[in-house]
Parts: sequence; structure tokens; C-alpha cells
Amino acid sequence: MTKIHVTTTVNGDETEFLCDPRETLLDVLRDRLNLTGAKEGCGTGDCGACSVTMEGRLVCSCLVLGAEAEGKDIATVEGIADGDTLHPLQRKFIEHAALQCGICTPGILVAAKSLLEKNPDPSETEVRYWLAGNLCRCTGYDKIIRAVMDAATEMREAS
Amino acid sequence: MSVSKPLPHDAARLHVTGSARYVDDIPSPAGTLHLAFGQSPIAKGRITAMNLDAVKAAPGVVAVMTADDLPFTNDVSPSIHDEPLLSDGTVNYVGQPVFLVIANSHLAARKAATLGQVDYVEETPILTVDEAMAADSRFEEGPRIYEKGDAETAIDAAPRQIDATFEIGGQEHFYLEGQAAMAVPNEGGDMLVHSSTQHPTEIQHKVAEALGVPMHGVRVETRRMGGGFGGKESQGNALAVSCAVAARLTGRACKMRYDRDDDMVITGKRHEFRITYRVGFDDDGRVQGVSFKHYTRCGWAQDLSLPVADRAMLHSDNAYLLPNARIESHRLKTNTQSATAYRGFGGPQGMVGIERVMDHIAHDLGLDAVEVRKRNYYAAKADASGQKDNSTPYGMQVEDFELHGMTERLMETSDYAARKAAIEKWNAENPIVKKGIAFAPVKFGISFTLTHLNQAGALVHVYQDGSVHLNHGGTEMGQGLFQKVAQVAASRFGIPLDLVKITATDTAKVPNTSATAASSGSDLNGMAVKAACDTVRDRMADFLAERHQAEVSDVAFSDGHVEVGEARYTFQEAAAMAYQGRISLSATGFYKTPKIEWDRIKGRGRPFFYFAYGASITEVAIDTLTGENRILRTDILHDAGASLNPALDIGQVEGGYVQGAGWLTTEELVWDNQGRLRTHAPSTYKIPACSDRPDVFNVALWDEQNREDTIYRSKAVGEPPFMLGISAWLALSNAVSACGNAYPAIDAPATAEEVWAGVRRVRDGI
Repeated sequence: MTKIHVTTTVNGDETEFLCDPRETLLDVLRDRLNLTGAKEGCGTGDCGACSVTMEGRLVCSCLVLGAEAEGKDIATVEGIADGDTLHPLQRKFIEHAALQCGICTPGILVAAKSLLEKNPDPSETEVRYWLAGNLCRCTGYDKIIRAVMDAATEMREAS
Repeated sequence: MSVSKPLPHDAARLHVTGSARYVDDIPSPAGTLHLAFGQSPIAKGRITAMNLDAVKAAPGVVAVMTADDLPFTNDVSPSIHDEPLLSDGTVNYVGQPVFLVIANSHLAARKAATLGQVDYVEETPILTVDEAMAADSRFEEGPRIYEKGDAETAIDAAPRQIDATFEIGGQEHFYLEGQAAMAVPNEGGDMLVHSSTQHPTEIQHKVAEALGVPMHGVRVETRRMGGGFGGKESQGNALAVSCAVAARLTGRACKMRYDRDDDMVITGKRHEFRITYRVGFDDDGRVQGVSFKHYTRCGWAQDLSLPVADRAMLHSDNAYLLPNARIESHRLKTNTQSATAYRGFGGPQGMVGIERVMDHIAHDLGLDAVEVRKRNYYAAKADASGQKDNSTPYGMQVEDFELHGMTERLMETSDYAARKAAIEKWNAENPIVKKGIAFAPVKFGISFTLTHLNQAGALVHVYQDGSVHLNHGGTEMGQGLFQKVAQVAASRFGIPLDLVKITATDTAKVPNTSATAASSGSDLNGMAVKAACDTVRDRMADFLAERHQAEVSDVAFSDGHVEVGEARYTFQEAAAMAYQGRISLSATGFYKTPKIEWDRIKGRGRPFFYFAYGASITEVAIDTLTGENRILRTDILHDAGASLNPALDIGQVEGGYVQGAGWLTTEELVWDNQGRLRTHAPSTYKIPACSDRPDVFNVALWDEQNREDTIYRSKAVGEPPFMLGISAWLALSNAVSACGNAYPAIDAPATAEEVWAGVRRVRDGI
């Protein structure tokens, strides 16, 4: 099948790739662009491990076609830190031990960052329900919520 | 000293930046091929014809293998060689691998795998406990029976009796990283295997068998897993062996990962149990005798089912001194996935059995369920004179019982009495939404019940710049084992943690390892690493003492320095000096657990080095019209001994509780009458989500150290907290019981549907 040429922006960098028309954005990121931070947990949009943003909107990259990225702005977990300087959410996840096996962590960070961009002062309930689409099998979620709340506080105070 | 500090996970920075590599993230060699299984669509039958032409002709397919194409052993069983990698002509469950597709992409392999034309003669499958019992389809010749005293006579002689049966569902592991492996062919027929496994040595063993080479021809490396929970103790064998035989055939690297649906359909899960119980007790709720029958659905192959079922029997007492007990365990062979290890390894099912009995007794007598439990507790320690019985149904004396103090503490910190009264008031005033509260203790035995597995090895190098390279047989699946063990190493050398590099588990560095399972990781590997570090440290001390004409006892390692009398060197300087002095700075370490001995046939001995304890209280609310429910508050006090790392240990406790509560509430596995698993993705199988976390979640660690001599007097913490989730199930039962007088008799999982049915039973008698 003829491959499609796609020009897009990933984490601020203009990027080109060729992809099969049936290929998901997740597979493009992982297999063609070597951005393996987004993970495939289910492939059906239920677990959130592949979360990225497209034009600022939180999406499951397993449900988006690579071809749909044409002309769009994609952001992944690899773009959250500023060089070696971690984003407050990343620091707080480490500080609060809000991760164990770590494989859901990239998706949760992308989702949490997207929440705080829309709502810098979320209630605990809002955090819980915003992240309800990101499954974690290890932590029981308590430390994740604390880390997000704490990061939100720090980011508000800094701004 | 770095032990006991609440340090983050060793790979936390890699995790949050998305740069932690799991098997599927490892850059694969050019030309890597991808694999998928063609699966059986029926639960039981014989293959009469197989036409794979369409598979071979599919785009991207390089080769297709059947059992006939396997060069050597066709087996991936961890126990009795009863689990062919590819069907040997019979199929025994829906999803069983029949043929193996090798293609140039993951998607091409999966698509081609659906194109096989296989003809079967279907046979009637055995799917349920009743069908298996009727057909006498089982592993082992008959039921295992462990006994203490004369349970039947004691039950009959007791003032009161209860006789009941209930069901406990299985559980999908749902590790977020599905099973995955990659094999890279090396020169001379050697094979390097990357596997997401809790048991690299087992992978090495099975791959060597499949390739017809000695174990030294296979090297297995495991840096990390994206969750294991027991599901990667034996279930990764099929993928690793497939990759290896395909790599041998093609001469190219081969990778295999299960899609989530395939993973759930192919791999084994937690064992389902039916438990019947008969208990005799007095008017104060004290048990005189109890008799359990466990009917365990093991699936089609033996896998680890015997020790799982044994451990269920070994936890049928939980925290209670049972003067007379009889446990009869039937290990049933069915045409379903081969049930396997899952956090707790049968212990949770056994424990749910006795906790159900305690709950039933309290309801029958109208007594507070905590009080009934306390009256049946073991004594705090074994009676030195031996006059007073404090033995388990398998004859082990309980010498370290922490639950009296822990229960008392938790009652206070959770404000149990006042909240229970408030809930009773709420329930009297509110007809629709009912609340419930329940307490559950945990006593969990630590050690592999297969005694020879209780050993571990380690390899430690100190380089001439003072940096330390650490390796041991344990695997990292998120539990923080690597960090805890690195903390031990840093403490032994008195150096900062950043001088210690933790490296991937590697069968070429430490051989003959046991699975990272049975909560044993830090106990066994911590001790082995300690031994290796001490060997190197003692050599350095001998060398420095001799050079300074000092006593060895005057050499001290602390704060990143080594002091010898008046002299003080940085650890780096000391390492460089030792190197120049031609001192070996590399050592292995070994540990085997003391005191344990066990006869699993007789059911007598001391299978466990010690017990880990926990206690939890859960409060829930249910909607009596729909059965919908939520956890309002959870309070936990857990015993990790003198914790090696409280941050990581509390993480295990919280995660364990939520996973345990998920098992007993929302996680329902449904097979249809043809043996097809209908809940094979997160769309239909509900693990707890962020929104399900208890509104209030208070977790604390108990402050006593381990009474046995473990690594820095810590306790194992992987599995025990899982069973704290039992209080969520009991709390739902308690809420249902507010709807009427009858006992709710809730099965597990207590899904919204089951809670709703319970309300109707209790309120309307239907």
C-alpha cells in the first residue's frame, strides 16, 4: 500500500515521516520516530498509557491515525521536561513516589499536564475524574493524586 | 546509612521522562521479525487438518511454524512438561497457541494469524467446578487434606454450627505492559533473550530445552517489567521460547508481544475457588472446629497450581487459632486458561474463606465482627512451656503474632467505634443508601513453600574509582526491589547511593535464581548482596589494616570514607589503593533462608520463616436500588518490620489494597458456555481507576522490627497488603446486611450486580 507523507510538529520540532495509511499515531511515534515514551496498554483507548496531546487536546494515540497528524502540533512525554530541567509534575511524581513500574507514568503525566493547562486549580475530585481514563495497576492512585495536587499548587505559586 | 530512608524508585527519573526502557522499547536490530500465535477457537478437541497456505501467503509473512517444525522440546510448562508451546494435535482451551506466525511487522503477524484453516473434532469441554468434579478431572490423585485435631467431632459438639458455600472469582493480572520478549541470535548458536519475566532462570531453562543447547548457550536479561504480579512468573515462557526458535530458524532477531486481548485470552489468571465451610462455635463466637473444602479451578495445565492450592490451605487459618481444623483441597483440571501465580499465590483465597466464616459467626450471634475476630486470635507468642496451643493447622508454632497491638492501634486511629455507631444511625435513617464498615486482619507466611527455592545469589564489583556495580537474581517489576537492595549495598560500604549502579538481572551474572515471587525479593537478594558486599569490604579492611599496622576492627566504613586509626580516605581512594595492592574487588554472595522445613504431602512442618501482618478497615456506601457502591474511607496499619524504605513499602501497601479490593469488587471474569472468555480487554474487565480510590485513604506502617534475623530486620511486603482488600468486600456485605435480618452471603467479586442481588436476598428473601 502506498505510504503517506506526513509533515507535523512533535514537541516543537518539525518532523516528517512516511506511514502506512492504517498505521496509528502511537506506532508512528514508537516505531518511526523512536519516541517510545507513549506505551500501548490496550490498543482500544481504554487505558490511557498512550496519551499524547494533538493541538493541545488530550488523545489516545492508539486511536489516532498517523496520517491525521498532518499539520498538527503533537506533544508527548518526551517534551515535558525542559532539557535536563524537570517539569514540576515530573518532580512531584518522583518526590511523592507516585509511580512503581512506571509504564503508565508517561500517559498520566501527559494527561495531568493537560488538566493543569485547562484548570490550574483543580479540586481533588476533578483530578480523580480527569485521570479516570489512565489506568495504573501498581500504585492505588493515592500518591498520583497527591503529586498532581502538589504540582498544581507549586505551579500556581510560581506563576 | 541509606537503609530505612524513604528514597524514590531507582528509575523514577527515567519513568517520568519516558526514557525507561521496557522490552518493547529496546532498540531492535535491523531486520527484526515479529511473531503472533494462531489460536484455538474451541475449548476442547483434536486437530484433524491444518491448512496454513493463506497464512504463509499473507503480506509480510516470512515463515509459519507448527509443532512439527519445532527442533527440540515442545514445552513451556514450569512444572510437569504438560504444556506444549504449540498444540500437539489436541487443544485444551480457547486461545491455545496452535501455530506461530513470523512476519516483518507486529500487525502483519497478527493479521496473518487469523487466516489459518484448522479443522477440529470438537469434544465436550469441562469448564466448571461441577463438571470437573463430576468427571473427576483433577491434578494429583485425589484431594490434599491438612488436619489438626478432629474437626468434625468438634463441630458437632459445639453449641452452634454454620454450614455454607460461596464462590470466589479469579483475577486478570492486567500488568499495564503486556507479555513481551525479544531473542537476538548470537554467534555459534548462542541466544540472547530479553524477556519481561519475573523468572529469567526459568526462561533460560525453557529456551535451552527448546533450542537443544545447554543452559550456558542462553543468556536472559531483564531490566524491568511494566508490572508482573505473578503473571510473569511462568506466562512469559511461551513468548521467549517462540522468539528463540524463530530466531534460530531465520537467523534474525525476533520479537513478540501480546496484544491486550490476546494476553487476556492466552495467559493464566488467579485461580477461582468454590469454598464450602462447616464451623462449630460457642455463644461467644469462639471457634471449636472448622472444616473447609476448596474446589480450585486450575485450567488445562498444571503450571503452579499445586503450590497455589497448598498456600490457600496454609492461609485457611489467617489470624486465628483453630483448635480443630480440616482443609480438603481439590485441584480441578478444566478446559480454560491455565491458572497461575498471582500476588498472594492462593493465600488470598484461603484467607477469604476464614474471614467469611468470622463474618458469618458475628452475624449469627449479633456480635461485633472485630470482637469475634479478637477472641479467636493467636496468642502474641508461643507459650514457652508448650502447654498452651498456638499452632497452625499445619503444625507450625506462631511465634511473632503482632495483631493484638496492631488491631488496638488501628481501632483508635480509625475511630472505629464512633464511626460504627454513626453508620448504624445513618442506616436507621436512610432507606436507600446504606453504609457498611468492616475490619480485616492479615497474617501472611513468608518463604517459598517449595523449600529449595529459598536461595539467592549476588555479584558485586567495586571499580578502582570507587563506583559499585551491583547485580542479583531478583527482578524489578515496579516494587522498588532494586532500590532497596542498592540501599543495602550502600549501607554495607558506608557510601552514598549514587556510587551504586543497579544493573539488569542477567543469567550470565547470577545463575540458578528463583523467581522474584512469594514476596521474597528483598529478603533473599538483600541478604545475598549483603554477603557479597561484606566479602569485598572485609578484603579492603584487611588490606588497609595491614598497611597501617592496625587491627581490622579499627577499620570503619561510613560517610563515604574509610577510616583506619588516624588515617581517613575517601571510599574512592581506598578502592584505588586496594586495586593497586592487588586486592580482588569483586565477590559473589549467597543466602539461604534458615529454619524452614516442610512436607507438603503430610501438611506438617515450618513452611515459613516468619509472618507479615496487616490490618485494614474499610467503610463503603451502597445504593440499594442499583447495587452501585463506593469506598468512602480506608484505614490501614501494615507490618513491614523495620522498613528498608518506607516510601516504597507504603506504595506496596496502597497498591496492594486497591488491587485486592478490585479483585473482590469490580473485577469479574466471565466465560461463556463454550469456554470463551468474554471479558478480555479493559472495555469489559474493570480494574480500579483513579476515581475508585477511597475518598479518605490513611496508611501507616507498624513500628516493630522483624523478630527473625532478616535483612536489617525488615519484612517482605509484596503480597501481604493485597489481602487488606478483603475488608472492602466485608464492608459491602456489612452494608447489605443493613437491609434486613438474613446473612447477605455475598460471593466474590461483590460487583454492583452481586450487591444488588444481596440486597434482594436480605430484604425480600429472593
